[in-house]
Amino acid sequence: MSPTWVQLAYLVAALCFVLALKGLSTPKHARAGNLLGAAGMALAVVVAFVHGAVHNGLLIVLAVAAGVVVGIPAARSVRMTAIPQMVALFNGVGGAAAALVALTEFLEVADGSVLFQVATALTVLIGSVSFSGSVVTFLKLQEVMTTRPVLLPAGRVLGIGVAAASALLAVLVVVTGSGALLVLLAAAGLALGVLFVLPVGGADVPIAISLLNAFTGLAVAASGYVLANTLLIVSGTLVGASGTILTRLMAQAMGRPLTNILFGAFKARDVTAVSGEQRTVRSGTVEDVAILLGYAHSVLVVPGYGLAVAQAQHAARELAQVLEQRGITVDYGIHPVAGRMPGHMNVLLAEADVPYENLKELDDVNPGIGSVDVVLVVGANDVVNPGARDEPSSPIYGMPIFDVDRAKAVVFMKRSMRPGFAGVDNALLYNPKTTLLFGDAKDSLTKLLAAVKHV
Amino acid sequence: MIDLLTIFVLAVFVGFEVVSKVSTILHTPLMSGANAIHGVILVGAILITGRAEGALEIALGLAAVFLATVNVVGGFVVTDRMLEMFKGHKR
Repeated sequence: MSPTWVQLAYLVAALCFVLALKGLSTPKHARAGNLLGAAGMALAVVVAFVHGAVHNGLLIVLAVAAGVVVGIPAARSVRMTAIPQMVALFNGVGGAAAALVALTEFLEVADGSVLFQVATALTVLIGSVSFSGSVVTFLKLQEVMTTRPVLLPAGRVLGIGVAAASALLAVLVVVTGSGALLVLLAAAGLALGVLFVLPVGGADVPIAISLLNAFTGLAVAASGYVLANTLLIVSGTLVGASGTILTRLMAQAMGRPLTNILFGAFKARDVTAVSGEQRTVRSGTVEDVAILLGYAHSVLVVPGYGLAVAQAQHAARELAQVLEQRGITVDYGIHPVAGRMPGHMNVLLAEADVPYENLKELDDVNPGIGSVDVVLVVGANDVVNPGARDEPSSPIYGMPIFDVDRAKAVVFMKRSMRPGFAGVDNALLYNPKTTLLFGDAKDSLTKLLAAVKHV
Repeated sequence: MIDLLTIFVLAVFVGFEVVSKVSTILHTPLMSGANAIHGVILVGAILITGRAEGALEIALGLAAVFLATVNVVGGFVVTDRMLEMFKGHKR
């Protein structure tokens, strides 16, 4: 057991973490909360180092320095649009660290109690799942691999098989205390993480990240039992519990039960064949759209990830200003999951100085959407897809959307006919009210801005 | 053993309680902040490396220290950058 002063310092750190999570739940205290969390962490790390670095002190300092040199520039330089995958990656390395800690402790302390063995097996298993799962979510968000659900042949059987094998290995590790089996368990955990995330598609990936985040928390809590360290137990459990709640809240914001998201894709689902019928779309010129906008009374801009990627926020804001000078009301409809993660679009638009009061949420917009003259969909797709409302067979069925098909006219700015992040075709594109404007969002908006000035 | 279990159960309730009400716009920063906090595994990584004697244990421990540090500093910095964006845009 550690001396009293160490325990006290850990208590203060744990308190900082609780207050940090509390602060992060309210806009007013979010930043202070985060800084308090960082301060608690600094305290805990310094105390652990002073008290625990009996050997290898210099090496530990070097490893921490290397982590700082890698971590800070990565976090500083990442573009706002790429933040979700960065969060996934940081979560993954945390999971890997927990697994390594338990493995190392296992090698150092050969004869542990049953509690120790159980905790070790759990930490290694959950940490490995979290690591490989996070890496796959990273690859999906970075679009290195397809964002659609990946269904392996017999994926379900394989998943259940690997899960059963992992459970068996975990029991064997506890019974035999074999290091070799523990390494096998880690390998099984890695496979399980990949199988777990592969079938999760497009818009649901952030929810998987949030769940893996909770998993890493649990792995850290379990490692607290391995090391008999209360700070690890408390902090890990805090993250595990709050992460679970957060995952549920995020799923609710998308109007989807969690089990659907995680296991929905296991069911053989025939994504509605669209290729059979040739539906026609109407594409317009910048001038057509400028006239449409110039004579409108109210305009709703629905921004999506495409706007963010094209860095078109500033162009959108300028266009809105010009329209407002003509006496047109311009609002922004911000879907809770626009972008790549809940709240992501708010961050991106805040970066572009779009006035906060102009950002409207679903419930503010939808009741009056029938009287909106023109909806300008900029690089968004899934959040305005009527299929989420009308087609029970659609993978995004049940997700709340902007009912833009009920507005008087829709202008859809898109790079190509390629489906959106969720990989689902959008009936709105074929709606007679819809005018398509192909091209890069920033480019189109800039041209539109010039054209509107001449209307 | 019972002590540790008590701590665990209490922490579960605190964890549920602190984030029971949070607006959608803060979901991503909150996730990222929680992510940084589980980087506290760095404390464990330092402790085991401080005890390690064999070359393999030292190597594994140092790898854990490195990864946990990336988790901690990256997590807090990314969260701060996100929250910075909200500055001056509050209702």
